[in-house]
Order: sequence, then structure tokens, then C-alpha cells
Amino acid sequence: MSGTGPEGWEVVIGLEVHCELRTRTKLFCGCPNVFGDEPNTNVCPVCLGLPGSLPVLNREAVELALRIGRALHCRVQSSVFHRKNYFYPDMPKDFQISQYDVPVNADGWLELPSGKRVGIERAHMEEDTGKTTHVGGGGRIHEATFSLVDYNRAGVPLVEIVSAPDLRGADEAREYVEELRAVLVATGASDGKMEEGSLRVDCNVSVRPEGTTELGTRCEIKNMNSLRSLSRAVAYEAARQVEVLTSGARVVQETRHWDEADGRTHAMRSKEEAFDYRYFPEPDLVTLSPSDEWISAVEAALPVLPAERRRRVAEASGEAPGSEAVSTVVRLDLDDLVMAASSAGADAGLALRRLANEVAGALADAGRVSLDPAAFVELVRMEQDGELTPAQARRVLKELVAVGGAPRDIAGRLGLRSLGSDQLSSVVEQVVTDNPREWERFAGGDDKLVGFFVGKVKAATGGNADLRAATELLRGRRSQSGPSTT
Amino acid sequence: MRVAYLDPPLERSPGGGCRRVDRGRPGRYDGRVAQPISEDEVAHVARLARLELSQAELEQYTSQLAQVLEHAADIEALEIEGVPPTAHPFPLVNVLREDVPRPCLDRDEVLAQAPDVDQDRFRIPRILGEAP
Repeated sequence: MSGTGPEGWEVVIGLEVHCELRTRTKLFCGCPNVFGDEPNTNVCPVCLGLPGSLPVLNREAVELALRIGRALHCRVQSSVFHRKNYFYPDMPKDFQISQYDVPVNADGWLELPSGKRVGIERAHMEEDTGKTTHVGGGGRIHEATFSLVDYNRAGVPLVEIVSAPDLRGADEAREYVEELRAVLVATGASDGKMEEGSLRVDCNVSVRPEGTTELGTRCEIKNMNSLRSLSRAVAYEAARQVEVLTSGARVVQETRHWDEADGRTHAMRSKEEAFDYRYFPEPDLVTLSPSDEWISAVEAALPVLPAERRRRVAEASGEAPGSEAVSTVVRLDLDDLVMAASSAGADAGLALRRLANEVAGALADAGRVSLDPAAFVELVRMEQDGELTPAQARRVLKELVAVGGAPRDIAGRLGLRSLGSDQLSSVVEQVVTDNPREWERFAGGDDKLVGFFVGKVKAATGGNADLRAATELLRGRRSQSGPSTT
Repeated sequence: MRVAYLDPPLERSPGGGCRRVDRGRPGRYDGRVAQPISEDEVAHVARLARLELSQAELEQYTSQLAQVLEHAADIEALEIEGVPPTAHPFPLVNVLREDVPRPCLDRDEVLAQAPDVDQDRFRIPRILGEAP
């Protein structure tokens, strides 16, 4: 299925992203916040909910929550923690401390590479739950024979980021999560590791006939642990809802579980009253009211965020901010090299192309590359000045990425030097003279023969000619050779 | 069980302030809370809190909770426009701690409290339904 959904229908998506904060300790106690430790070693009376223990809010968790809020252009406000009451073994207290009607961050937006702004309704603080492992029945919850609980994760600080239902289709949902992840990593709030559960995505999906504006009944999908699962789950769920509606039935609002193995969503039957959380203000915590000074300091320390980096690269290179090349170099953290070329007065558009193609390719192969900015800019200049042909420049770049060094030395060592324009002209003259019959046909309008001549130039120069320049010379010579036809 | 009389209800004065109203017979529910609590609602809340109530207890608590709600009716009568909600009775904000690790409990001691243990984890019966 395409990313835009079933034909004639619009898929409407809102996402809830849970982001574990990169603090040293948990939200309300001094237990270490570490992934992958031995089970039940990072626990204390507070996160186990033992009687008489009291939570105290972690300053660093607030700092990171504020960074997220400001990076998402949210209003930061005085906020209150609530108890969300429910009985489930992942929380030993039988409630989760969360924020309810007054979240710390509200009403922001995230700009996607496409330029679209997605509304952020809120980004509130809460504690994570323990990790349950279902044993038997292939790990499926309904077929399990028993479950095991590790409370190391109980109490780990989270920020839950709730988007407006502004996303249309699986591709856009994915673009949003990728962009949000980049912002969260850039602020230092998150390590962005979906595979370790540092970022978890729940998805509200509804469908409506194209051209209508009323929202359809939505379903919430849980248990997607990769971007690929997210795309698949959205596509499956949208198709399912369209089928329900076209058969004349109605979509039932419910929570559905994504099953990666069978590629479907399944309704989770829960008693209705399980969702009656009886929120009330947490009496053991006081209001969180960050001062204007704190908020300003957080804002001043924010790094340049991806949307702004794309804008800068676009401006320097003359490409569109939403172009594939621009998003690629920003995503791969190569944009500083474009800016280096630009500020050195070299061709930033050429730098962008080399980075988005050759360097990105080398990165994909090697996992990481190091590239000295000065050497890279020097290479861009050499290509730009015609000292190297594009093919030669690519060759030198490959060597530069692999072993480093000075581009001029590499070119010298490899014997790569573009012919000067005088030399190229004389080679072109030579091949024309050597092939008079072909030239006559070319001059007579048979444009296919340009390839023939370019091939001859290439052979005559051992690949050291700028073939685009050779093509221009050939065409120029033809137009000067007079109106032999037409 | 006898429920203590509540204070007389507060009533909004024309000036916007509040004053006590003497209705002769203090503390009776005056109908300003739209619905007094029903036995069904009390049973529902008890289920959510995993409390098992006998019929006698259900009746007792329904009557007691109705009295509590009557008290809320007093508050409803106040002029509160422009008064921010009270989140906490203490006049404190931003009680924070530094992000510094502290010692955890010994795992054997922790797991000794569990009804059942398996692979260093709390072993629990099979769960019906997902996490709410």
C-alpha cells in the first residue's frame, strides 16, 4: 500500500511518543536510570511503592522536559502532577505519577522536512512502568501462562509528546517520528534508541472519505517497536477501517495491539472500567513552576535544530529545504561541510551533491567516516575550477574518505588531472578531423553521434577529460560550422 | 451510623463575597449538586479500588459519601472566578533534588517480599488484557 492510504479515503493520524529521558537517576528517586542492568537491581522503596516512601522530583528530568518543550515551540507553564490510578502489575504502587490537565509543555509544533508544521498538543512528564515479560504462548499476552516483572524501569523519567491529528498517511507518520527523534537527540533529552524502547510510539488512526472534514472514529494502536512496524501497522489499520466502513458497519473506538508476526492489529479486550483512572493531584508533590530565568537559560542553550539546519543548507546551496539532498546531509550530520564550503566561497551546491551522494554512500557502507572540512572544501574547489573532472573528483573523494590526506596529493598520486580547456579543444578538433563522415552526419542533425564523439574523446584522453565540457565543445563547434542543414 | 452535622452552607452575596446562611436546620443537602451519589456508583468505585463491600457497607458508604458531596455543594456556591485552583495546601513550588544516584535495595531482600520469584523477577499470574 502507498503511504497515502486507500484510494478515495484520507487517513488521519495523531501520534503519542513516549521518550525516556537521559538522566542518571529515576524521576522521583535516586535509583540509576540504566538500560539492560540485572533485573530488579535498580529499585528502592520509592519506585517499589513501599509504604512511607516519598517521591522527590529530579531537577535534570525537568531540565530535559523544558528543552523538549522549547524545541517543540511549546508554551511552558506551571504544572501539577497527578496520580493515574489503575491495577496492573507493571506499577507496584497501583498508580502512575503523570500530568493530567496542566502539562508542563502545551501547544507547540514540529516542522517536518517537507515544510509541514504538525501541531503538538502537549509534552508532559510522567514515570515509566516496570517491564513485564509474558512467558508461554509465544510471548503473546493472551496465551501466556504467567508473567515476570522487572521494576528497573519503573520510575524512569518520560516525556510523552502528543501530536494533533495533523498527519496524513503512514509515510508522513514516519517522517514525523524521524524528525521528532532527531530533535530529541539534538537536545540531549533522548538517546533515540527505538530498539531499546527509549522511544515508543502509540498511534491514533482514523479514516474519512476524501474531501470531508469531520474526524472518523479512531483506534489506538500500541506495540510498534520500529519505524517499519509503524508504517505497516498504520497501513493495515487504515485498510481495515475502510473495509469496516464500506461494509456498512461502524468503527468501534478501541485499543488495538500490533502483531509484528502476523502483520495485523488485534483488539485488546479490556473491561471498560479499567480506563477509569480517577486522576487526582499527587499530594506528595508540589507544583512545578519553572522560573522565566530557567526557561530562558534552557532556550539559550538549545542547539541549532534540524529544521533550521535544513534552512541554512538550502540557503547556502540554492536547493529547496525539503529536497532529498538537504534532508540527507542534515540527517547524517554532514551539513557543517556544506556550510564550510559556503563560507570558504566554494560551490556549496556542488559540496551538497557530493555529500548527499558519494559521502552518504560511503557512510552507509562503512558506518562512519571522517572527513577533514578543509580537505573537502579544497576538493570541491578543484572540481569547480575544472582541475578535476566530476568522475576524477569522485575518485579522489573516495580516497579522501577512506584514507584522508590532501586532495591535490591524492590526485597527483592517482595521476588524475583534467585536461586544460586548450588541450581539450585540440583533442576535440583531432577526433572531428579523424572522423569526417561521422562529423558530417552530426553536423547534418544526427544528434545521436554526439555519443560517438564523446566516446572518442574519452578514449583519446584516458578518462582525464571533462566529458560534459567536451559535449559542449562539440555542440558549439557544430553551431559555428554554419547552417549546413535546415 | 450517625453522620455529624455539617456547617451551614455558604451562599453568594450580591456583592460577590460569601457569607454563612442560617437555614435553621444546618447542613442539609439543598439540591445544588445535581445528582447525589447512587449505590451503583459507590459499587463501581469500590470495584475500581478492589474493595469488596457487603450490602450493609455499601449502604453505609453511600450515605457517608453523600454527606461528603453535600460539603462539595457548599464550595460550588462560592464565587471563585479568578481564583486559581489549589494544587497543594503548602505554599511551596519546585521542590527538586539533584540527579545523583543513591544506593538501591538489595535484590534478595526485595524479592523476598514477592509471593513468587522466577529468573530474578516477580512472577505473577497470567494477565488478562493489556496494560491500561
